[in-house]
Amino acid sequence: MALPNSEFKNTKNLMDRDSVSQRIKRRLQLNEIFKYIFLAGLVFALLVLSTLIYDVVSKGGGWVNLDFLRNFPSRRPEQAGLYPALIGTFWLMLLIVPMVFIVGVGAAIYLEEYAPKNRITSFIEVNISNLAGVPSIVFGLLGLTIFVRVMELGNSLMAGALTLGLMSLPIVIVASQEALRSVKMELRHASLALGASKWQTTFNVVLPSAIPGIITGIILAVSRAIGETAPLIMVGAATFISTTPSSVFSDFTALPIQIYNWTSRPQAEFQNLAAAGIIVLMTMLIIMNSAAIYIRNKYTNRH
Amino acid sequence: MNQPNKGLSIREMIEANKKKKYSTTNVFDKVMPFLLFLSAFVSVVTTVGIAFTLGFELFKFFERVPIAEFLGSTEWYPLSADQRFGVWALVMGTLQITVIAMIVAVPLGLASAIYLSEYASERARTILKPILEVLAGVPTIVFGFFALSFVTPILQALIPGLQIYNALSPGIVVGIMIIPMIASISEDSMSAVPKKIRDGALGLGATRLEVAIKVVMPAALSGIIASIVLGMSRAIGETMIVTIAGGSQPNFEFNPLNAIQTMTAYIVQIAKGDAGYGTIEYYSIYAVGALLFVFTLVMNLFANWVTRRFREEY
Repeated sequence: MALPNSEFKNTKNLMDRDSVSQRIKRRLQLNEIFKYIFLAGLVFALLVLSTLIYDVVSKGGGWVNLDFLRNFPSRRPEQAGLYPALIGTFWLMLLIVPMVFIVGVGAAIYLEEYAPKNRITSFIEVNISNLAGVPSIVFGLLGLTIFVRVMELGNSLMAGALTLGLMSLPIVIVASQEALRSVKMELRHASLALGASKWQTTFNVVLPSAIPGIITGIILAVSRAIGETAPLIMVGAATFISTTPSSVFSDFTALPIQIYNWTSRPQAEFQNLAAAGIIVLMTMLIIMNSAAIYIRNKYTNRH
Repeated sequence: MNQPNKGLSIREMIEANKKKKYSTTNVFDKVMPFLLFLSAFVSVVTTVGIAFTLGFELFKFFERVPIAEFLGSTEWYPLSADQRFGVWALVMGTLQITVIAMIVAVPLGLASAIYLSEYASERARTILKPILEVLAGVPTIVFGFFALSFVTPILQALIPGLQIYNALSPGIVVGIMIIPMIASISEDSMSAVPKKIRDGALGLGATRLEVAIKVVMPAALSGIIASIVLGMSRAIGETMIVTIAGGSQPNFEFNPLNAIQTMTAYIVQIAKGDAGYGTIEYYSIYAVGALLFVFTLVMNLFANWVTRRFREEY
């Protein structure tokens, strides 16, 4: 068969070491250049993060003190504090954690340990992954209609906690499923072989091994939830409140709501207050996330 | 017949066995699967709740406002005397934010992903990736404050005539918020490409850049597309950044320098202003919410489908 001679006739061109080495050089240069372009992309993202932190600290750093944590909101910026918001946020966490723990872990155990492989199971799975992508404001609409109006909970802590709880449930379920999946099959088999029932095996053997992963997931989900503003605005969390909640059916406010309230006022001092509130909120979140990472690192690869 | 060593008859042993069947161990084994199924079913109930809520109130909205006006016109004046409900004005605001956010997030997210999966050493990756994930954990209210108090003044200094409330600043910040999402999902799917394939290409004399662009990225395309679609869905549903820095002027025009209003920001505005229960404005947030839900649901389903349909099996 005839080779495409025209190209190969000119062997001089093919053997031209100079041009070949030049091409290789250019390709390597391009590689080097793009390496730094990609790195620049990553560095930009990290730079934004540090700018954001610097901006917030430089604006609000001087405003964070004990009085700021202990005072009620006020029209006078020097006297304003976020005590009710802080208490409200703690209440929310107190209500959300047991809720998502019981329902989220229960769902994960069902899906990993009990669920038969059928249509209902895969429907539930798809449903959970879709719920994770539903915008938080839509959960807010759900909370407003079902919890505030239909169940007549009013603009209460309970309505807010239920809304945020439902919102964080998919994250908890997926994280718990992963934790359960990483428990070795041998453990289950050993327990069953010793005569333990399915439930005894699940509760006494599988669950304890998966707990660190589950706790990590719950901390991350809850820290996401307490940073959320939109759903709480929808269920009508108060923006100006002079009492702390006395029961789960009381009106309440929370850190993001208080920050939003200060952000939307024109005076410069309130912007500083907003920044100070952000410092408090971010400190809480960073502590929670570090705890989650610590737990994950401490307990991984134990089995 | 007696069994001398145990002192129990067969009959007695059967009785004992029967009793054991109704012991607590057995009750747990019967009841728990059902209770666990109920917890799993909560997610389905939630979805039904959302659909029911939106659908029911949507119906009340369309009793008063014709669906043709809602989906067919571009003027949105819910609070004026002569009320208009042409949702495209809000969709346009949302679209502006989404487009600007994707212009920021896709190149930066993919660059970060390529660097992390193809160039970075193992040590660099274990340090850099968690820091990037911190960005994903920043509450949106904080990003909103950042957009209004830091990004907007800088942009105003650079672009004369930029309004305080505009689409550009929140769009950029929404993009920054999405970077970690695109970076981490893309990086996962690029890291999943087997080393053998990379080594083959490198052995043939390809540079790392050529391997990344011509070998790894096509192999990881499903994950990359999914990450971009999920990022868009997140941008559409984002609320606080656009509420704080985007303004509240629904306009059917593509000008990022002007104030806008997105679908989410409108919902917040009405909910915050305590529109009386039963007014048209009150029901209109459900109509807008339903449209938002449909948009994001379609995109999430599409992203799921892409990952499943185009996953490369090695």
